[in-house]
Amino acid sequence: MPVNKRKVQEINAGSMADIAFLLLIFFLVATTMNVDTGLVRVLPPMPDPNVKQEDIKVKERNLFLVFVSGSGNIMAGGKTIDVRQLKDAAKEFILNPLNDENLPEKEDKTIDLPDGQKWVYPVSQGVISLQNTRDTSYQVYIRVQNELTRAFNEIRDEVAMSKFGKRFGDLDEEQRKVITTAVPLKVSEAEPRKMTK
Amino acid sequence: MAVMKKKGNKSLPPISTASLPDVIFMILFFFMVSTTMRDQELLVRYKLPDATEVQKLEKKSLVSYIHIGVPTLAMQAKFGTAPKIQLNDSYKTAKDILDFVAGERDQLNEADRSSMTICLKADGNTKMGIVADVKQELRRANALKISYASSKVLSY
Repeated sequence: MPVNKRKVQEINAGSMADIAFLLLIFFLVATTMNVDTGLVRVLPPMPDPNVKQEDIKVKERNLFLVFVSGSGNIMAGGKTIDVRQLKDAAKEFILNPLNDENLPEKEDKTIDLPDGQKWVYPVSQGVISLQNTRDTSYQVYIRVQNELTRAFNEIRDEVAMSKFGKRFGDLDEEQRKVITTAVPLKVSEAEPRKMTK
Repeated sequence: MAVMKKKGNKSLPPISTASLPDVIFMILFFFMVSTTMRDQELLVRYKLPDATEVQKLEKKSLVSYIHIGVPTLAMQAKFGTAPKIQLNDSYKTAKDILDFVAGERDQLNEADRSSMTICLKADGNTKMGIVADVKQELRRANALKISYASSKVLSY
């Protein structure tokens, strides 16, 4: 047996690697990558200049005009409105709970459920048209877009809750598709108005 | 035992450095995980607007970025303080977006081209005029999936 010259036995470092791995796994779980977040929208395709465009007629009751002025004032459905009221106004417009004559009509649509059944849901025909001027601030514009998204998300949550008993975010892919068909995100972003003075 | 004989000596043993590589690896892994590669140098400054209903952008390889904001301090002497559009590594005008989108689309697989997303990173204080020009050009370039980059807040 070789004689050990050390006076005190060395501390066993064998478990150090385990501790390091433990910490490593902790950081892997607890930290996130810097993910980009944002409001996702799909722009309307550019109309073909060779094809004569037919004017798409949208009934007046089906259109909810949201206009954001350069000074940040919001006009929705013909009257000035605070940004905090916008979500509820948009929700009332889309849902039309009392089947008002002046609010959008609904069209019964048969949607295939993932379990093979059919489901008839009155899909709102309402379209929210968002207009702004060239000197509207981007921050205000995003705020308005955000409120409109919030209105749709809340409606989707409510519909998902009554249909599947879960919030929209907790649904699986196919159920989510059903709800998206029932409550389509219909926000039209028009070109900015030319303000001539 | 012969090893245990000289226990009485009180001099300190040298600190073991066997675990030092582990510690270094740990720090390395931590930085690898918590930071993302910066693929382009920013020439504009922006503070993203706030929103509550944000969605995460999945699949970074399918995302192309358009930055809109005030030129950085170093560039202000040359370019002034009016908001500018940055594509790749230089200032461009809205007219160049057509080429930019075509170039970005060429880099993707044929199958992925339809799901290309444009991430619009614009300063909250810019006016919608410049953003609207960009949007019109994107429509012309047929890049229709866009994301208005905004930082998540829990409530206003």
